[in-house]
Amino acid sequence: MIEVNAVYVLIARDLKKFVREKGRLVSTLARPLIWLFLVGGGMSRLVSPGMGMSYIQFIFPGILGMTILFSSIFSSISIIWDKEFGLMKEILVAPVSRFSIVIGKALSGTIISVIQTAVILLLLPFLGIKLSFLSVPYTLGVAFLLAFCISSLGIIIATFFENLESFSSIMNFIVMPMFFLSGAMYPVQKLPEILRHLAKINPLTFGVDALKHAIFRENHVYDFPLFTDLGVLIISSIVFVVIAGFSFERK
Amino acid sequence: MPIIKVENLSKTFDALTAVDNVSFEVDEGTIFGFLGPNGAGKTTTINILCTLLSPTSGKASIAGHDCVKEPSEVRKAIGIVFQDTTLDKDLTAYENLMLHAYLYDVKRNEMKSRIDDALYFVGLYERRDDLVKKFSGGMKRRLEVARGIIHRPRVLFLDEPTLGLDPQTRANLWEFIVGLPKKHNVTIFMTTHYMEEAEVCDSIAIIDKGKIIASGTPEELKKTIGGDVIYIRTSDNEKARSEIEKLFGLEVSEKDNELFLTTLKGDACIPEIIKAIGEKVLSVRLQRPTLNDVFLKMTGKQIREINGSSDDTIREAVRAYRRRHS
Repeated sequence: MIEVNAVYVLIARDLKKFVREKGRLVSTLARPLIWLFLVGGGMSRLVSPGMGMSYIQFIFPGILGMTILFSSIFSSISIIWDKEFGLMKEILVAPVSRFSIVIGKALSGTIISVIQTAVILLLLPFLGIKLSFLSVPYTLGVAFLLAFCISSLGIIIATFFENLESFSSIMNFIVMPMFFLSGAMYPVQKLPEILRHLAKINPLTFGVDALKHAIFRENHVYDFPLFTDLGVLIISSIVFVVIAGFSFERK
Repeated sequence: MPIIKVENLSKTFDALTAVDNVSFEVDEGTIFGFLGPNGAGKTTTINILCTLLSPTSGKASIAGHDCVKEPSEVRKAIGIVFQDTTLDKDLTAYENLMLHAYLYDVKRNEMKSRIDDALYFVGLYERRDDLVKKFSGGMKRRLEVARGIIHRPRVLFLDEPTLGLDPQTRANLWEFIVGLPKKHNVTIFMTTHYMEEAEVCDSIAIIDKGKIIASGTPEELKKTIGGDVIYIRTSDNEKARSEIEKLFGLEVSEKDNELFLTTLKGDACIPEIIKAIGEKVLSVRLQRPTLNDVFLKMTGKQIREINGSSDDTIREAVRAYRRRHS
């Protein structure tokens, strides 16, 4: 059912375009750094999360989560561009199953997100944030799972929109709420009750929590057990891929 | 052997019937022209054949595979050049073809040679490493034709391949298209609303408002409107007229000091007439019926007159349908 060649070429195409658009890498790297230092720096004076760390340290996993969220969603939303500019038709008439297209697109978003995560991790020593050596592969592994989950969710979103005008509504009504309800900026346990329940249906919450496990391995800043985090990410990834495959079927 | 079979095919978008009980067959290795004004149902029919749309009723099959039940087999057997460009403008010409080759599972060791051949064929080999966004409209269309043949399809669909191109580019593109069946062993299914372009087709179906109103070879269709018209100016019209009528048994009329007569084989007839009334002839011209005349006779309208408005209606209806069903 899954055509390896098709999956491969869909990933290769996105990576090639990612490498060509140098500006995209710079701007996606700039965003987390701005958040980390402007928001983190400002808020550090106001809040102290305790547990022996500054606020800037506390939000670091959340900022990684944000990077993954934005880059995965954008990668999947490019499907709307492809629909508008025609290439999607070429892909849809090819003798390739819908699941191959979904897997190819989801993996390309995942790989691009993991590359960006890796670049941010590389910059850390220069920014004065210390990370233990083992945390790096651990973090990248979690980033992969989270990015795959968000990318496949992005594909479902993209199948519902036909043109680029819908872009700002996706940002305002899906991406931003997902970010603020994820525990990236504040511990989920401290949220008001309604928001806490909403946070629990947000896959990003569990991704950010898993990143907290990966980055602060000794400190107990997480809200859920790692097992729960990974379980939620894996199961929701499978569900999203299946839904995306069906919503891709011809209408 | 028909390679495309369409039987009683219909497609309705809510109240609008885009394709209405259409049946036709296309023989292998031929060029088939599907003609009609914009909004007549050509693209809808192509989309059904390409497995992008499912029909409301009726059957369609390509190379023996049912378009609804075996979409994957049908997709392997066809190549398509859509009306709007479907290239990735941020990739090079070569990369676009590579993308296609991988999607159609072309063998790795054949990929490069097939892509190079296709690029040579459409004259874009020198430009293979340029980004497609730098290409002109005609180059993009040629690249799409090249892409369409890389996986050796048995049927190549061309939906309005020359739309929006300048006359010279159009002529160049036609040269490629006409050479395709022999060189690449492929059957061509093309749509156009330029009737004069359809002259190169082996067979034609004319569609209007979702229904097929005429079909046959271009010659057969043109015969239905009575054949060629010969116009003759002579030094003595009266005498020449009675001589021609007597010798050939044809009815000759006169208009603006010029005789004219309708006959099936105008080109063969002219020498005979000149032989008979030789010295009186001042000038002769032959007017062949065009497919435009055929369309005019069938529908009572010029094909150009109906373009535009009906096009917008059908696009609107399709869009509204999609919105509701997505």
